[in-house]
Amino acid sequence: MGRLNITLCGIELDNPVIPASGTFGFGYEFAQWYDINCLGTFSFKGTTKDPRFGNPTPRIAECPAGMINAVGLQNPGVEKVIAEELPKLKEVFRKPVMANVSGFSVEDYAYTCEKLDREEQVGWLEVNISCPNVHGGGMSFGTDPKAAAEVTAAVKKVTTKPVIMKLSPNVTDITAIAKACEDAGADGVSLINTLQGMRIDLKTRKPVIKNVMGGVSGPAVFPVALRMVYQVCRAVKIPVIGMGGVSSAEDVLEMMMAGATAVEVGAANLTDPCACRKIIEDLPAAMDKYRINNLDELKGDR
Amino acid sequence: MKQQILTITENTPVTATVYRMRLEGADLEEQKPGGFVNIRLEGLFLRRPISVYDSAPGSLTILYKVVGKGTEQMAGMKAGETLDVLTGLGNGYDLSKAGDEPLLLGGGVGVPPLYLLAKQLTVAGRKVHAVLGFNTAEEVFGEEAFKALGCEVTVTTADGSCGVKGFVTDALPESYSYFYTCGPEPMLRAVYRAANTSGQFSFEERMGCGFGACMGCSCRTITGYKRICREGPVLEKEEILGWDD
Repeated sequence: MGRLNITLCGIELDNPVIPASGTFGFGYEFAQWYDINCLGTFSFKGTTKDPRFGNPTPRIAECPAGMINAVGLQNPGVEKVIAEELPKLKEVFRKPVMANVSGFSVEDYAYTCEKLDREEQVGWLEVNISCPNVHGGGMSFGTDPKAAAEVTAAVKKVTTKPVIMKLSPNVTDITAIAKACEDAGADGVSLINTLQGMRIDLKTRKPVIKNVMGGVSGPAVFPVALRMVYQVCRAVKIPVIGMGGVSSAEDVLEMMMAGATAVEVGAANLTDPCACRKIIEDLPAAMDKYRINNLDELKGDR
Repeated sequence: MKQQILTITENTPVTATVYRMRLEGADLEEQKPGGFVNIRLEGLFLRRPISVYDSAPGSLTILYKVVGKGTEQMAGMKAGETLDVLTGLGNGYDLSKAGDEPLLLGGGVGVPPLYLLAKQLTVAGRKVHAVLGFNTAEEVFGEEAFKALGCEVTVTTADGSCGVKGFVTDALPESYSYFYTCGPEPMLRAVYRAANTSGQFSFEERMGCGFGACMGCSCRTITGYKRICREGPVLEKEEILGWDD
Protein backbone atom coordinates (compact mmCIF):
# COMPACT_ATOMS: atom_id res chain seq x y z
CA MET A 1 0.00 0.00 0.00
CA GLY A 2 1.21 3.49 -0.83
CA ARG A 3 1.42 6.37 1.61
CA LEU A 4 -1.95 7.79 0.53
CA ASN A 5 -3.92 4.55 0.29
CA ILE A 6 -6.91 3.95 2.53
CA THR A 7 -9.64 1.31 2.64
CA LEU A 8 -13.26 2.42 2.60
CA CYS A 9 -15.78 -0.29 3.50
CA GLY A 10 -13.56 -3.00 2.06
CA ILE A 11 -12.58 -1.20 -1.15
CA GLU A 12 -9.06 0.13 -1.44
CA LEU A 13 -8.64 3.73 -2.61
CA ASP A 14 -5.45 5.31 -4.00
CA ASN A 15 -6.06 8.27 -1.71
CA PRO A 16 -8.82 9.55 0.59
CA VAL A 17 -9.89 12.48 -1.62
CA ILE A 18 -13.45 12.23 -2.92
CA PRO A 19 -15.28 15.06 -4.70
CA ALA A 20 -18.66 15.46 -3.03
CA SER A 21 -22.00 14.92 -4.69
CA GLY A 22 -23.53 17.95 -6.35
CA THR A 23 -20.19 19.61 -7.00
CA PHE A 24 -18.82 17.15 -9.55
CA GLY A 25 -21.72 16.21 -11.84
CA PHE A 26 -21.07 12.78 -13.34
CA GLY A 27 -17.37 13.48 -13.65
CA TYR A 28 -17.02 14.29 -17.32
CA GLU A 29 -17.24 18.08 -16.86
CA PHE A 30 -14.09 17.80 -14.74
CA ALA A 31 -12.35 15.35 -17.06
CA GLN A 32 -11.95 18.36 -19.36
CA TRP A 33 -9.82 20.04 -16.68
CA TYR A 34 -7.70 17.07 -15.51
CA ASP A 35 -7.48 13.26 -15.53
CA ILE A 36 -9.95 12.45 -12.79
CA ASN A 37 -8.51 8.95 -12.36
CA CYS A 38 -6.14 10.53 -9.82
CA LEU A 39 -9.09 10.74 -7.39
CA GLY A 40 -9.81 8.17 -4.69
CA THR A 41 -13.30 8.05 -6.14
CA PHE A 42 -16.08 10.61 -6.51
CA SER A 43 -19.69 10.81 -5.43
CA PHE A 44 -21.87 11.55 -8.43
CA LYS A 45 -24.80 13.95 -8.68
CA GLY A 46 -27.67 13.12 -6.33
CA THR A 47 -30.04 10.82 -8.19
CA THR A 48 -33.75 10.37 -7.55
CA LYS A 49 -36.37 7.92 -8.84
CA ASP A 50 -37.95 10.51 -11.15
CA PRO A 51 -36.34 13.35 -13.13
CA ARG A 52 -36.21 16.71 -11.32
CA PHE A 53 -35.65 20.24 -12.58
CA GLY A 54 -34.93 21.48 -9.08
CA ASN A 55 -35.63 24.89 -7.62
CA PRO A 56 -36.19 28.21 -9.42
CA THR A 57 -33.16 30.49 -9.89
CA PRO A 58 -31.29 32.27 -8.36
CA ARG A 59 -30.05 29.11 -6.68
CA ILE A 60 -26.64 30.43 -5.64
CA ALA A 61 -25.44 33.15 -3.26
CA GLU A 62 -22.03 34.25 -2.04
CA CYS A 63 -21.26 34.37 1.69
CA PRO A 64 -18.09 35.03 3.69
CA ALA A 65 -15.68 32.17 3.01
CA GLY A 66 -18.35 30.14 1.33
CA MET A 67 -21.55 29.95 -0.61
CA ILE A 68 -25.21 29.02 -0.34
CA ASN A 69 -26.95 26.77 -2.81
CA ALA A 70 -30.54 25.71 -3.30
CA VAL A 71 -30.25 23.65 -6.46
CA GLY A 72 -32.92 21.22 -5.29
CA LEU A 73 -31.60 17.91 -6.59
CA GLN A 74 -31.78 18.63 -10.32
CA ASN A 75 -31.11 15.30 -12.04
CA PRO A 76 -32.44 13.29 -14.98
CA GLY A 77 -33.83 10.47 -12.83
CA VAL A 78 -32.32 7.04 -12.19
CA GLU A 79 -33.31 5.46 -15.54
CA LYS A 80 -31.55 8.16 -17.54
CA VAL A 81 -28.61 8.25 -15.14
CA ILE A 82 -28.05 4.56 -15.84
CA ALA A 83 -28.75 4.77 -19.57
CA GLU A 84 -26.96 8.03 -20.40
CA GLU A 85 -24.76 9.37 -17.59
CA LEU A 86 -23.00 6.22 -16.39
CA PRO A 87 -21.74 5.24 -19.89
CA LYS A 88 -20.26 8.75 -20.25
CA LEU A 89 -18.79 8.52 -16.74
CA LYS A 90 -17.18 5.19 -17.62
CA GLU A 91 -15.32 6.82 -20.52
CA VAL A 92 -13.47 9.16 -18.18
CA PHE A 93 -13.28 7.26 -14.87
CA ARG A 94 -12.22 3.64 -14.47
CA LYS A 95 -12.42 3.20 -10.67
CA PRO A 96 -15.44 2.25 -8.56
CA VAL A 97 -17.68 5.30 -8.19
CA MET A 98 -19.92 6.34 -5.32
CA ALA A 99 -23.61 6.56 -6.29
CA ASN A 100 -25.43 9.32 -4.42
CA VAL A 101 -29.15 8.77 -3.96
CA SER A 102 -31.99 10.94 -2.70
CA GLY A 103 -35.66 10.26 -2.23
CA PHE A 104 -39.02 11.44 -0.98
CA SER A 105 -40.18 8.21 0.61
CA VAL A 106 -38.57 5.08 2.00
CA GLU A 107 -39.78 3.24 -1.12
CA ASP A 108 -38.12 5.86 -3.38
CA TYR A 109 -34.76 5.37 -1.71
CA ALA A 110 -35.00 1.58 -1.92
CA TYR A 111 -36.09 1.69 -5.59
CA THR A 112 -33.24 3.95 -6.72
CA CYS A 113 -30.59 2.23 -4.63
CA GLU A 114 -31.61 -1.22 -5.85
CA LYS A 115 -31.23 -0.06 -9.48
CA LEU A 116 -27.85 1.58 -8.95
CA ASP A 117 -26.56 -1.29 -6.82
CA ARG A 118 -26.71 -3.50 -9.93
CA GLU A 119 -24.42 -1.18 -11.90
CA GLU A 120 -20.97 -2.67 -12.18
CA GLN A 121 -19.06 0.57 -11.71
CA VAL A 122 -20.90 1.53 -8.53
CA GLY A 123 -18.67 0.74 -5.56
CA TRP A 124 -20.67 2.33 -2.77
CA LEU A 125 -24.11 3.81 -2.30
CA GLU A 126 -24.18 7.14 -0.52
CA VAL A 127 -27.72 7.75 0.67
CA ASN A 128 -28.53 11.41 1.13
CA ILE A 129 -30.98 11.80 4.01
CA SER A 130 -29.92 15.38 4.48
CA CYS A 131 -30.80 17.59 1.50
CA PRO A 132 -31.94 20.90 3.00
CA ASN A 133 -33.33 22.24 -0.26
CA VAL A 134 -36.25 19.98 -1.00
CA HIS A 135 -39.54 20.44 0.78
CA GLY A 136 -41.01 17.36 2.38
CA GLY A 137 -38.11 15.13 1.42
CA GLY A 138 -34.48 14.47 2.04
CA MET A 139 -33.65 16.18 5.26
CA SER A 140 -36.76 15.06 7.11
CA PHE A 141 -35.33 11.52 7.04
CA GLY A 142 -32.02 12.74 8.38
CA THR A 143 -33.37 14.68 11.33
CA ASP A 144 -35.20 11.81 13.02
CA PRO A 145 -33.26 8.73 14.19
CA LYS A 146 -36.24 6.44 13.57
CA ALA A 147 -36.76 7.63 9.99
CA ALA A 148 -32.99 7.47 9.30
CA ALA A 149 -32.94 3.88 10.52
CA GLU A 150 -35.97 3.02 8.41
CA VAL A 151 -34.31 4.31 5.20
CA THR A 152 -31.07 2.53 6.09
CA ALA A 153 -32.79 -0.81 6.70
CA ALA A 154 -34.90 -0.53 3.54
CA VAL A 155 -31.84 0.22 1.39
CA LYS A 156 -29.71 -2.49 3.00
CA LYS A 157 -32.46 -5.04 2.33
CA VAL A 158 -32.31 -4.55 -1.46
CA THR A 159 -28.60 -3.87 -2.03
CA THR A 160 -25.30 -5.74 -1.95
CA LYS A 161 -22.77 -2.91 -1.91
CA PRO A 162 -21.62 -0.81 1.05
CA VAL A 163 -24.26 1.70 2.11
CA ILE A 164 -23.04 5.04 3.43
CA MET A 165 -25.65 7.30 4.97
CA LYS A 166 -25.06 11.03 4.35
CA LEU A 167 -26.06 12.99 7.44
CA SER A 168 -27.48 16.43 8.04
CA PRO A 169 -25.83 18.89 10.43
CA ASN A 170 -29.18 20.61 10.95
CA VAL A 171 -29.97 18.55 14.05
CA THR A 172 -29.51 18.85 17.80
CA ASP A 173 -27.44 15.66 18.16
CA ILE A 174 -25.89 14.21 15.03
CA THR A 175 -24.46 11.23 16.95
CA ALA A 176 -27.99 9.95 17.65
CA ILE A 177 -28.72 9.84 13.90
CA ALA A 178 -25.36 8.23 13.15
CA LYS A 179 -25.93 5.54 15.77
CA ALA A 180 -29.44 4.85 14.46
CA CYS A 181 -27.97 4.31 10.97
CA GLU A 182 -25.25 2.04 12.31
CA ASP A 183 -27.75 -0.03 14.27
CA ALA A 184 -29.93 -0.36 11.16
CA GLY A 185 -27.01 -1.85 9.23
CA ALA A 186 -25.25 1.10 7.57
CA ASP A 187 -21.71 0.31 6.43
CA GLY A 188 -20.58 3.89 6.91
CA VAL A 189 -21.73 7.48 7.38
CA SER A 190 -20.67 10.66 5.61
CA LEU A 191 -21.04 14.16 7.04
CA ILE A 192 -21.78 16.97 6.94
CA ASN A 193 -24.26 18.01 4.27
CA THR A 194 -24.77 21.78 4.05
CA LEU A 195 -25.93 23.95 6.96
CA GLN A 196 -29.18 25.83 6.39
CA GLY A 197 -28.67 29.52 5.81
CA MET A 198 -29.82 32.56 3.85
CA ARG A 199 -28.82 35.98 2.52
CA ILE A 200 -30.91 39.10 1.89
CA ASP A 201 -30.14 41.53 -0.94
CA LEU A 202 -29.89 44.97 0.68
CA LYS A 203 -31.05 46.70 -2.52
CA THR A 204 -34.20 44.64 -3.10
CA ARG A 205 -34.73 43.71 0.59
CA LYS A 206 -35.56 40.21 -0.59
CA PRO A 207 -33.75 36.89 -0.12
CA VAL A 208 -31.00 36.43 -2.72
CA ILE A 209 -32.04 32.81 -3.21
CA LYS A 210 -35.45 32.34 -4.79
CA ASN A 211 -36.12 29.38 -2.50
CA VAL A 212 -35.39 31.81 0.41
CA MET A 213 -33.13 29.38 2.28
CA GLY A 214 -30.30 27.19 1.05
CA GLY A 215 -27.36 25.17 2.25
CA VAL A 216 -24.12 26.85 3.35
CA SER A 217 -20.85 25.23 2.34
CA GLY A 218 -17.23 26.23 1.89
CA PRO A 219 -14.38 26.98 4.33
CA ALA A 220 -16.82 28.85 6.62
CA VAL A 221 -18.35 25.55 7.76
CA PHE A 222 -15.10 23.58 8.20
CA PRO A 223 -14.79 23.91 12.00
CA VAL A 224 -18.43 22.95 12.50
CA ALA A 225 -18.01 19.96 10.19
CA LEU A 226 -14.79 18.89 11.91
CA ARG A 227 -16.47 19.02 15.32
CA MET A 228 -19.35 16.83 14.11
CA VAL A 229 -17.00 14.35 12.42
CA TYR A 230 -15.03 14.13 15.68
CA GLN A 231 -18.20 13.47 17.69
CA VAL A 232 -19.58 10.88 15.28
CA CYS A 233 -16.24 9.06 15.09
CA ARG A 234 -16.45 8.57 18.82
CA ALA A 235 -20.07 7.43 18.73
CA VAL A 236 -19.97 4.76 16.01
CA LYS A 237 -17.59 1.99 14.89
CA ILE A 238 -18.35 2.11 11.15
CA PRO A 239 -16.17 4.22 8.81
CA VAL A 240 -16.89 7.95 8.69
CA ILE A 241 -16.33 10.14 5.64
CA GLY A 242 -15.61 13.70 6.74
CA MET A 243 -16.68 16.67 4.63
CA GLY A 244 -17.59 20.33 4.96
CA GLY A 245 -15.37 23.13 3.71
CA VAL A 246 -12.34 20.96 2.98
CA SER A 247 -10.12 22.95 0.60
CA SER A 248 -6.52 21.89 1.20
CA ALA A 249 -4.28 18.93 2.00
CA GLU A 250 -4.04 20.25 5.58
CA ASP A 251 -7.83 20.19 5.88
CA VAL A 252 -7.81 16.54 4.73
CA LEU A 253 -5.26 15.67 7.43
CA GLU A 254 -7.27 17.51 10.07
CA MET A 255 -10.43 15.60 9.11
CA MET A 256 -8.52 12.32 9.29
CA MET A 257 -7.04 13.22 12.66
CA ALA A 258 -10.62 13.75 13.84
CA GLY A 259 -11.21 10.15 12.84
CA ALA A 260 -12.43 10.27 9.25
CA THR A 261 -11.50 7.30 7.05
CA ALA A 262 -11.88 9.35 3.85
CA VAL A 263 -12.64 12.96 3.02
CA GLU A 264 -15.07 14.54 0.58
CA VAL A 265 -14.40 17.89 -1.04
CA GLY A 266 -17.37 19.96 -2.19
CA ALA A 267 -17.55 23.68 -2.79
CA ALA A 268 -13.81 23.94 -3.52
CA ASN A 269 -14.41 22.14 -6.84
CA LEU A 270 -16.65 24.98 -7.98
CA THR A 271 -14.19 27.79 -7.42
CA ASP A 272 -11.17 25.85 -8.66
CA PRO A 273 -11.98 23.03 -11.08
CA CYS A 274 -8.60 21.42 -10.32
CA ALA A 275 -8.95 21.69 -6.51
CA CYS A 276 -9.00 17.94 -5.83
CA ARG A 277 -6.04 17.21 -8.08
CA LYS A 278 -4.06 19.93 -6.28
CA ILE A 279 -5.06 18.58 -2.85
CA ILE A 280 -3.87 15.08 -3.82
CA GLU A 281 -0.61 16.51 -5.18
CA ASP A 282 -0.08 18.53 -2.00
CA LEU A 283 -0.76 15.66 0.42
CA PRO A 284 2.74 14.05 0.48
CA ALA A 285 4.48 17.34 1.34
CA ALA A 286 1.89 18.14 4.00
CA MET A 287 2.35 14.65 5.46
CA ASP A 288 6.13 15.13 5.53
CA LYS A 289 5.68 18.42 7.32
CA TYR A 290 3.58 16.82 10.06
CA ARG A 291 5.59 13.60 10.15
CA ILE A 292 2.89 11.30 8.87
CA ASN A 293 4.37 8.29 7.09
CA ASN A 294 1.15 7.01 5.68
CA LEU A 295 -2.48 8.06 6.04
CA ASP A 296 -3.48 4.65 7.33
CA GLU A 297 -1.62 5.31 10.58
CA LEU A 298 -4.01 8.19 11.39
CA LYS A 299 -6.66 5.57 12.13
CA GLY A 300 -5.02 5.29 15.53
CA ASP A 301 -6.38 8.72 16.39
CA ARG A 302 -9.91 7.40 16.48
CA MET B 1 -11.81 25.94 -21.13
CA LYS B 2 -8.58 26.84 -19.42
CA GLN B 3 -7.48 28.10 -16.02
CA GLN B 4 -4.76 30.69 -16.32
CA ILE B 5 -3.08 33.58 -14.57
CA LEU B 6 -3.53 36.69 -16.69
CA THR B 7 -1.84 40.05 -16.32
CA ILE B 8 -3.84 43.27 -16.32
CA THR B 9 -2.45 45.66 -18.93
CA GLU B 10 -5.20 48.27 -18.76
CA ASN B 11 -8.06 49.07 -16.35
CA THR B 12 -9.73 52.38 -17.09
CA PRO B 13 -13.20 53.84 -16.56
CA VAL B 14 -15.30 54.40 -19.69
CA THR B 15 -18.26 55.88 -17.78
CA ALA B 16 -18.82 56.67 -14.09
CA THR B 17 -19.51 52.99 -13.33
CA VAL B 18 -18.26 50.95 -16.33
CA TYR B 19 -14.59 49.97 -16.61
CA ARG B 20 -12.57 48.46 -19.42
CA MET B 21 -9.97 45.87 -18.39
CA ARG B 22 -7.48 44.34 -20.77
CA LEU B 23 -5.85 41.05 -19.78
CA GLU B 24 -2.89 39.31 -21.36
CA GLY B 25 -1.43 35.83 -21.14
CA ALA B 26 1.00 33.91 -23.32
CA ASP B 27 -1.27 30.85 -23.59
CA LEU B 28 -4.49 32.80 -23.99
CA GLU B 29 -6.51 31.74 -27.00
CA GLU B 30 -8.89 33.97 -28.90
CA GLN B 31 -12.27 33.91 -27.12
CA LYS B 32 -15.66 33.32 -28.73
CA PRO B 33 -18.08 36.22 -29.24
CA GLY B 34 -20.79 35.85 -26.59
CA GLY B 35 -18.52 33.72 -24.38
CA PHE B 36 -17.42 34.66 -20.88
CA VAL B 37 -14.60 34.34 -18.38
CA ASN B 38 -14.84 33.61 -14.64
CA ILE B 39 -12.57 35.62 -12.40
CA ARG B 40 -11.30 34.73 -8.93
CA LEU B 41 -10.92 37.67 -6.56
CA GLU B 42 -9.11 37.99 -3.24
CA GLY B 43 -11.32 37.31 -0.23
CA LEU B 44 -14.38 36.38 -2.28
CA PHE B 45 -15.45 32.76 -2.56
CA LEU B 46 -17.29 32.57 -5.85
CA ARG B 47 -15.71 33.66 -9.10
CA ARG B 48 -17.28 36.53 -11.02
CA PRO B 49 -18.50 35.68 -14.53
CA ILE B 50 -17.92 38.53 -17.03
CA SER B 51 -18.64 38.51 -20.77
CA VAL B 52 -15.86 38.94 -23.30
CA TYR B 53 -15.85 42.35 -25.03
CA ASP B 54 -12.92 41.83 -27.38
CA SER B 55 -10.27 39.19 -27.86
CA ALA B 56 -7.27 38.20 -29.93
CA PRO B 57 -4.69 35.46 -29.36
CA GLY B 58 -2.81 36.46 -26.20
CA SER B 59 -5.29 39.05 -24.96
CA LEU B 60 -8.86 39.69 -24.01
CA THR B 61 -10.82 42.77 -22.97
CA ILE B 62 -13.83 42.93 -20.67
CA LEU B 63 -16.15 45.85 -19.97
CA TYR B 64 -17.70 45.52 -16.53
CA LYS B 65 -20.05 47.62 -14.43
CA VAL B 66 -19.28 48.16 -10.75
CA VAL B 67 -22.28 46.62 -9.01
CA GLY B 68 -20.93 44.89 -5.90
CA LYS B 69 -17.92 43.75 -3.89
CA GLY B 70 -16.33 41.79 -6.74
CA THR B 71 -16.48 44.47 -9.39
CA GLU B 72 -15.51 47.13 -6.81
CA GLN B 73 -12.35 45.17 -6.14
CA MET B 74 -11.68 44.84 -9.87
CA ALA B 75 -12.09 48.58 -10.38
CA GLY B 76 -9.31 49.18 -7.85
CA MET B 77 -6.79 46.96 -9.63
CA LYS B 78 -3.83 48.33 -11.56
CA ALA B 79 -1.90 47.37 -14.67
CA GLY B 80 0.71 44.75 -13.79
CA GLU B 81 -1.48 42.94 -11.25
CA THR B 82 -2.59 39.40 -12.08
CA LEU B 83 -5.89 37.52 -11.95
CA ASP B 84 -6.76 33.80 -11.80
CA VAL B 85 -9.21 33.42 -14.71
CA LEU B 86 -11.19 30.54 -16.21
CA THR B 87 -11.39 31.31 -19.93
CA GLY B 88 -13.29 29.92 -22.89
CA LEU B 89 -16.61 29.50 -21.05
CA GLY B 90 -20.10 29.49 -22.56
CA ASN B 91 -21.42 28.53 -26.00
CA GLY B 92 -21.23 32.00 -27.57
CA TYR B 93 -23.21 33.39 -30.50
CA ASP B 94 -23.68 31.31 -33.64
CA LEU B 95 -22.54 33.56 -36.50
CA SER B 96 -23.66 31.20 -39.24
CA LYS B 97 -27.27 32.34 -38.96
CA ALA B 98 -26.60 36.09 -39.27
CA GLY B 99 -27.63 36.61 -42.90
CA ASP B 100 -26.52 39.70 -44.81
CA GLU B 101 -27.88 42.44 -42.55
CA PRO B 102 -27.83 41.30 -38.91
CA LEU B 103 -29.19 43.51 -36.16
CA LEU B 104 -27.42 43.76 -32.79
CA LEU B 105 -29.44 44.98 -29.79
CA GLY B 106 -27.60 45.74 -26.55
CA GLY B 107 -28.86 47.21 -23.31
CA GLY B 108 -26.47 48.71 -20.73
CA VAL B 109 -23.82 46.15 -19.78
CA GLY B 110 -25.49 43.90 -22.35
CA VAL B 111 -23.61 45.91 -24.98
CA PRO B 112 -20.08 44.49 -24.39
CA PRO B 113 -20.70 40.87 -25.52
CA LEU B 114 -21.94 42.22 -28.87
CA TYR B 115 -18.67 43.98 -29.75
CA LEU B 116 -16.57 40.94 -30.71
CA LEU B 117 -19.60 39.62 -32.56
CA ALA B 118 -19.91 42.90 -34.50
CA LYS B 119 -16.20 42.76 -35.26
CA GLN B 120 -16.35 39.25 -36.70
CA LEU B 121 -19.56 39.94 -38.63
CA THR B 122 -18.20 43.11 -40.23
CA VAL B 123 -14.93 41.36 -41.10
CA ALA B 124 -17.08 38.70 -42.78
CA GLY B 125 -18.62 41.44 -44.92
CA ARG B 126 -22.02 41.66 -43.22
CA LYS B 127 -23.85 44.97 -43.00
CA VAL B 128 -24.29 45.28 -39.23
CA HIS B 129 -26.77 47.63 -37.54
CA ALA B 130 -26.25 48.03 -33.79
CA VAL B 131 -28.84 49.59 -31.50
CA LEU B 132 -27.35 50.39 -28.10
CA GLY B 133 -29.75 51.27 -25.29
CA PHE B 134 -29.03 53.08 -22.03
CA ASN B 135 -30.96 54.88 -19.29
CA THR B 136 -29.36 58.27 -19.73
CA ALA B 137 -26.61 60.11 -21.65
CA GLU B 138 -23.95 59.71 -18.89
CA GLU B 139 -24.20 55.92 -19.19
CA VAL B 140 -23.64 55.75 -22.96
CA PHE B 141 -20.55 53.88 -24.16
CA GLY B 142 -19.48 51.88 -27.19
CA GLU B 143 -20.97 54.09 -29.90
CA GLU B 144 -17.63 55.09 -31.42
CA ALA B 145 -16.17 51.61 -31.11
CA PHE B 146 -19.03 50.00 -33.03
CA LYS B 147 -18.90 52.81 -35.63
CA ALA B 148 -15.16 52.23 -36.08
CA LEU B 149 -15.95 48.64 -37.07
CA GLY B 150 -18.19 49.95 -39.82
CA CYS B 151 -21.51 49.30 -38.08
CA GLU B 152 -24.48 51.58 -38.45
CA VAL B 153 -25.14 52.63 -34.85
CA THR B 154 -28.30 53.95 -33.18
CA VAL B 155 -28.19 54.99 -29.52
CA THR B 156 -31.34 55.09 -27.42
CA THR B 157 -31.80 56.49 -23.93
CA ALA B 158 -34.85 55.98 -21.75
CA ASP B 159 -34.88 59.67 -20.75
CA GLY B 160 -34.10 61.00 -24.23
CA SER B 161 -30.89 62.73 -23.13
CA CYS B 162 -28.96 61.11 -26.00
CA GLY B 163 -30.07 59.62 -29.33
CA VAL B 164 -33.56 58.22 -29.76
CA LYS B 165 -35.81 58.60 -26.69
CA GLY B 166 -37.03 55.20 -25.49
CA PHE B 167 -35.82 51.62 -25.52
CA VAL B 168 -33.93 49.62 -28.15
CA THR B 169 -37.28 48.31 -29.38
CA ASP B 170 -38.28 51.92 -30.20
CA ALA B 171 -35.42 52.13 -32.72
CA LEU B 172 -35.70 48.87 -34.65
CA PRO B 173 -34.81 49.28 -38.35
CA GLU B 174 -37.45 48.36 -40.91
CA SER B 175 -35.62 45.33 -42.19
CA TYR B 176 -32.84 43.06 -40.96
CA SER B 177 -31.90 39.46 -41.65
CA TYR B 178 -31.47 38.17 -38.08
CA PHE B 179 -30.83 39.58 -34.60
CA TYR B 180 -28.48 39.08 -31.66
CA THR B 181 -29.28 40.62 -28.29
CA CYS B 182 -28.04 40.96 -24.74
CA GLY B 183 -29.40 43.07 -21.90
CA PRO B 184 -31.67 43.06 -18.84
CA GLU B 185 -34.50 40.51 -18.99
CA PRO B 186 -37.34 43.06 -19.46
CA MET B 187 -35.47 44.31 -22.55
CA LEU B 188 -34.95 40.77 -23.85
CA ARG B 189 -38.66 40.07 -23.44
CA ALA B 190 -39.51 43.27 -25.32
CA VAL B 191 -37.13 42.27 -28.14
CA TYR B 192 -38.72 38.81 -28.21
CA ARG B 193 -42.12 40.41 -28.79
CA ALA B 194 -41.02 43.11 -31.21
CA ALA B 195 -38.56 41.32 -33.49
CA ASN B 196 -39.89 39.99 -36.80
CA THR B 197 -37.03 37.57 -37.50
CA SER B 198 -35.38 34.77 -35.60
CA GLY B 199 -32.45 35.60 -33.35
CA GLN B 200 -30.28 34.77 -30.37
CA PHE B 201 -30.50 35.99 -26.76
CA SER B 202 -27.67 36.10 -24.25
CA PHE B 203 -28.75 35.52 -20.64
CA GLU B 204 -27.36 36.37 -17.25
CA GLU B 205 -27.74 34.22 -14.12
CA ARG B 206 -26.06 33.82 -10.74
CA MET B 207 -23.53 31.02 -11.16
CA GLY B 208 -21.69 28.74 -8.81
CA CYS B 209 -18.94 27.36 -11.01
CA GLY B 210 -19.43 28.72 -14.55
CA PHE B 211 -18.40 25.46 -16.22
CA GLY B 212 -21.41 23.17 -15.85
CA ALA B 213 -20.75 21.35 -12.60
CA CYS B 214 -23.12 22.75 -9.99
CA MET B 215 -26.48 23.17 -11.77
CA GLY B 216 -26.76 26.60 -10.14
CA CYS B 217 -27.83 28.42 -13.31
CA SER B 218 -30.26 25.96 -14.94
CA CYS B 219 -33.28 27.11 -16.90
CA ARG B 220 -36.13 25.41 -18.70
CA THR B 221 -36.26 25.69 -22.50
CA ILE B 222 -38.40 24.17 -25.22
CA THR B 223 -35.58 21.72 -25.92
CA GLY B 224 -35.11 20.74 -22.25
CA TYR B 225 -33.17 21.95 -19.24
CA LYS B 226 -30.11 24.01 -20.05
CA ARG B 227 -27.29 25.43 -17.97
CA ILE B 228 -26.78 29.12 -18.72
CA CYS B 229 -23.04 28.65 -18.20
CA ARG B 230 -22.65 25.69 -20.51
CA GLU B 231 -25.46 25.28 -23.07
CA GLY B 232 -25.84 29.07 -22.76
CA PRO B 233 -25.47 31.93 -22.14
CA VAL B 234 -26.82 32.25 -25.71
CA LEU B 235 -30.19 30.67 -26.47
CA GLU B 236 -32.08 30.78 -29.74
CA LYS B 237 -35.45 32.52 -29.89
CA GLU B 238 -37.19 29.24 -30.71
CA GLU B 239 -35.83 27.61 -27.55
CA ILE B 240 -37.22 30.17 -25.12
CA LEU B 241 -40.06 28.89 -23.00
CA GLY B 242 -42.94 30.91 -21.62
CA TRP B 243 -42.39 34.32 -23.19
CA ASP B 244 -45.40 34.08 -25.54
CA ASP B 245 -47.87 35.94 -23.33
